[in-house]
Amino acid sequence: MTALIALLRRDIQVALRVGGGALIGVLFFLIVVVLMPFAVGPDLALLKKLGPAILWLGALLASLLTLDRLFAADHDDGSLDLLTMSRTPLELICLTKAVAHWLVAGLPLIVATPILGLLLNLDGDATLAVALTLLAGTPALTFTGMIGAALAVALRRGGLLLAVLVLPLSIPVLIFGVAASNAAVIEPAGFGAPFSILCALSLAGLVIGPLAAAASLRHGLD
Amino acid sequence: MRLTGSQLRCVRGGREIFAGLDFTADAGEALAVVGANGAGKTSLLRLIAGLIAPAGGSVTFVGGDDDLSPAEQAHYLGHRDALKSALSVMENLAFWRAALGGEATNIDAALNAVGLDHIAQLPAAFLSAGQRRRLSIARLLAVKRPIWLLDEPTSSLDANGQAMMADLMRSHLSGGGVIVAATHLPLGIPARELRIGATA
Repeated sequence: MTALIALLRRDIQVALRVGGGALIGVLFFLIVVVLMPFAVGPDLALLKKLGPAILWLGALLASLLTLDRLFAADHDDGSLDLLTMSRTPLELICLTKAVAHWLVAGLPLIVATPILGLLLNLDGDATLAVALTLLAGTPALTFTGMIGAALAVALRRGGLLLAVLVLPLSIPVLIFGVAASNAAVIEPAGFGAPFSILCALSLAGLVIGPLAAAASLRHGLD
Repeated sequence: MRLTGSQLRCVRGGREIFAGLDFTADAGEALAVVGANGAGKTSLLRLIAGLIAPAGGSVTFVGGDDDLSPAEQAHYLGHRDALKSALSVMENLAFWRAALGGEATNIDAALNAVGLDHIAQLPAAFLSAGQRRRLSIARLLAVKRPIWLLDEPTSSLDANGQAMMADLMRSHLSGGGVIVAATHLPLGIPARELRIGATA
């Protein structure tokens, strides 16, 4: 347990300090969402309709952007070798790294959502719904992305490969995330079902992600 | 305590590096793995460390903790130093002491032993190659593990550093530890030679 807490602390510290890149994801999210009204034009009704989809797409791409360094950095400096030799199961190490990544890269996206919602002409309820669905859905993106990050380490230099591998897995999250946010705006009764599925995807990712990532890292050791 | 490798076979990238390799190292004994570049010295160390799966044979460690694999009772000092540039010397060492698990010792004493105590708060980004090496070596002292797997342990160390490393290895051996070191340079301690790739 001490080992996992130490790992969580280290990953967060490294990400938050100079050159750690914790803000890259949220900056990218900001860029995508800020540019969108300029591309779509000043049609407020259209922006409001597209708003949840734009926010979700921005969050998805932002989390993909930062995920590829999840294991690669530790692999490059040899930390991954030593973590493998520690007395903590590799599955728990993967889980901890994913949690640390979500805290520094996923959580800021959710915090930024209410501000960015203003730019897309979303009212309070819609913004809250998007933030809530992101809170439920981004863990699924992190956990599925982690599988891709582990595979990319095993296959060496798989930055783009990560996106290709992870994208199909993140499509269900995107569909149900946007469906739940839209339902909250248009017809509140339809919110429950897609939101439950979103939570289920995150919980399934929580179980499968660390197992698959650890298996892939073990297989890819060299 | 005895570390044994029997009939080890290693294949990297479809090419057989070595096969039928046997070795034993008893408590208090150092094994110096020698051989030409590409003979498989590093591969042998990584194989013992559990970082490469052997294509044949096995590594066993008798007399240690039976619940743990040989890799979990070993320190691996490789070419890559596993240091995070953004963290200070102290933070790096404290992290590995907590993460590796096992009997932890005093962290200041470990830094003192490798001569880095005066820059404990300096970010690792500003360390020289030799200082990074010293910090990696401090990891071996911060957590007690009976097997030391050292890959070119004295590389980039100055004369003082090499003498210091020899002292540390001597005290590890006198405490009943086992050392397997891959090296081209003299280790500075009496060691049994294990030559690999001699026939190739």
